[in-house]
Amino acid sequence: MREILLSGSGGQGMILAGIILAEAALREGKEVVQTQSYGPEARGGASKAEVIIANKKISFPHIEKPDVVLAMTEEAFNKYTKCLKENAAVIVDSTYVKNPTLTRGDLHEVPITALAEKEVGSPLFSNIVALGVLIGVTNIVKESTIKEAVLARVPKGTEERNLKALELGFIAGKNIL
Amino acid sequence: MNETLKKYFRMNRLPHIWCPGCGNGIVVGALVRAIDKLGLNPDKTSIISGIGCSSRSSGYLNFDTVHTAHGRALTFATGLKLARPDLNVIVLTGDGDATAIGGNHFIHAARRNIDLTTIVFNNNIYGMTGGQYSPLTPTHSKATTSPYGHIENPFDITELAKASGASYVARGTTYHTLELINLIADAISHKGFSVVEAITACPISFGRQNKLGNAPAMMKWQKENTISVKAASKLPAEQLAGKVVIGELYRRQAPEYTAEYQKVIDRVTGGNGQ
Amino acid sequence: MSQTMLVQGNHACALGALAAGVRFFAGYPITPSTEIAEILAKELPKVGGKFIQMEDEIASMGAICGASLGGFKAITATSGPGFSLMQELIGYASLAEIPLVIVNVQRGGPSTGQPTSPSQSDVMQARWGSHGDRGVIALVPSSVQESYQLMIDAVNLAERFRTPVIFLMDEVVGHMREKLVIPKTTPTIINRRKPEPGELPYAPGPDGVPALPPFGEGYHFHVTGLIHDETGFPTGSPEVTEKTIKRLHQKLENNMDEILRYDELHSADAEYLIISYGCSARSAEEAVRMAREKGIKAGLLRLISIWPFPSDLIEEKCARVKKVFVAEMNYGQVTGEVTKVLGRSKVQPVLRVDTQMITPRQILEAITREGN
Repeated sequence: MREILLSGSGGQGMILAGIILAEAALREGKEVVQTQSYGPEARGGASKAEVIIANKKISFPHIEKPDVVLAMTEEAFNKYTKCLKENAAVIVDSTYVKNPTLTRGDLHEVPITALAEKEVGSPLFSNIVALGVLIGVTNIVKESTIKEAVLARVPKGTEERNLKALELGFIAGKNIL
Repeated sequence: MNETLKKYFRMNRLPHIWCPGCGNGIVVGALVRAIDKLGLNPDKTSIISGIGCSSRSSGYLNFDTVHTAHGRALTFATGLKLARPDLNVIVLTGDGDATAIGGNHFIHAARRNIDLTTIVFNNNIYGMTGGQYSPLTPTHSKATTSPYGHIENPFDITELAKASGASYVARGTTYHTLELINLIADAISHKGFSVVEAITACPISFGRQNKLGNAPAMMKWQKENTISVKAASKLPAEQLAGKVVIGELYRRQAPEYTAEYQKVIDRVTGGNGQ
Repeated sequence: MSQTMLVQGNHACALGALAAGVRFFAGYPITPSTEIAEILAKELPKVGGKFIQMEDEIASMGAICGASLGGFKAITATSGPGFSLMQELIGYASLAEIPLVIVNVQRGGPSTGQPTSPSQSDVMQARWGSHGDRGVIALVPSSVQESYQLMIDAVNLAERFRTPVIFLMDEVVGHMREKLVIPKTTPTIINRRKPEPGELPYAPGPDGVPALPPFGEGYHFHVTGLIHDETGFPTGSPEVTEKTIKRLHQKLENNMDEILRYDELHSADAEYLIISYGCSARSAEEAVRMAREKGIKAGLLRLISIWPFPSDLIEEKCARVKKVFVAEMNYGQVTGEVTKVLGRSKVQPVLRVDTQMITPRQILEAITREGN
């Protein structure tokens, strides 16, 4: 069982990234549960999506100790990296998270938003870049599967730029290992 | 009773529960005469009422009928009409039922301009519970809950209906019976939300507390204090003070809710909707 | 072909309603149930169905009563505050015997409470929220898949027994995304029975359930919220009143074989049995696994139909266990019902009212404490 927590601030597309990841896992025949934080805290404040992927039935739908944390803001990093599994992978957007420190787990710093802005032309693609980094680092699902899942979800006309964002993420994710 | 009208009544449910002198029977009589005049198919006509004296009429009428909960007749009628636009849906309600507990439903049904005919039996009082003030009780009147005189202002049902979006609005009285029949018939024929305020006397629970005399005296009040729309239009405003204007007060053609919904169905199904 | 998708419980519930033949929805927006209205607003017109957003939840109930009398399968969806407003006409629908389904995606209360957080604190309101005595059916799904399948059952049971059915979801199940498999086979659909010629609209069949004709077909029958006899017309008769009230309970109680739904895990040899439902049952299931790994003989009885309360089932399943744990997210609503059946000494509540999900660990700790 893998527990993945995607966090940032409202508007950074963390919920959509969580849904795409979950859909990719479903495409590979895995059991999957996705939940998210709702309400006022989801608008502007901290935003969080949880994805649990397993080979057998998932009963409790919430994450107790994540295997993977994606933190797009400093607030999210501070809030969600307190209780990690032993060899957890923590991916941070170094555009916003400065000098992160961990007491356990492996830290992966990538300037996700800066990459999205510079290479894809808009910070709106940062969640897809992040998804690419997450797959590049963890291999939770195949690259080809996450591509299919992204294409099935994103608005028509944005497919090419989203795939570019994803590829950027793959490369950045693999390079920092 | 006129033999040709008997088929519109559940004769085994009569006599009705209304007090001697009550005007409700006259309004119901005007309704069935209007239905007869229009030749509505009784199998395709539903009568929906709320709770209160006048709302008991649904049980006496030989159609598919619903005696709903207090204030809620228009909500049931909205659901029935939207589900079954093929039915004529007529709502019978009182002044308290329609404008106090059901006031929110009244303005929203009017706003949607859904094709319902609503007859508000206005007797200015809660009769069933024994004479408490309603939103139509005139200021200074006595009611069991305004023993020192009523200090609130009444609604004008017709203005409320018009402002909320009703596309046919009329007022009649139980004294002007023939005109009431015609107004109800026009209201039923009109495509859209139509409201007829029917002024009806409650000699027992309203008249007695306010020393308005017996039933004939209250009918006489209706005769002497009303003025037709046509006559009113020729008089200056100061001469209309204290007069109640009766007749067709407002009519407009406007998109009707169930027809508009059907257009939505046609649009999303490419014309293949039911 | 069967269809597989990742959707929220609310979405699955809406799809289940459509599969069951629901063609009318009236509702008012409220978190955490709003997705059901949004999906049906989009999907109903595609199949010739009707959607309307009413001015409040009272009006929503009135509209679905009217549509159901018009012959449509009709539902609404809401949460705590809206469910409170609906009680008036839920009682009306019980007495007038109008088939309906009311979905309540439970959130934390009382009052506006915790609008975006889960709770299971409307179990008693589902049973007794409306004034007066009457029977009621309430079903509780625990997963996205079940939100689909059980919704079909809810609509069927409403039609079968001419009664409002409460579909008691919670925020966790309503908002979580999981796999939904829509089977390729068409589900079994139950339609209300039309009366035979001469059959009265409120005369019960041998099963206690009267037939219901639709409006507009010449039956000319009367529907009222006053106590009425078999003709449908009001009566003050004490005998008819007693008969009616008893029938509103017994038409359900006497047909429990059609209504009762439950699930079990390791209950056969269990020394410690957890009774749970909805999202809490998911934690209970995990707790049973964890306990078994430690060699503790724990089991789960998951209630799926919660009203009428399955007292006989609980008596039977708990006869040989040492202790029963009731895990629920409220102050002990089902615990009280279980205690009525088994007595106080045998029942241990595992409760949570902070709107956080009960965790498997919390339940396991309760069992472990008892075992030591």
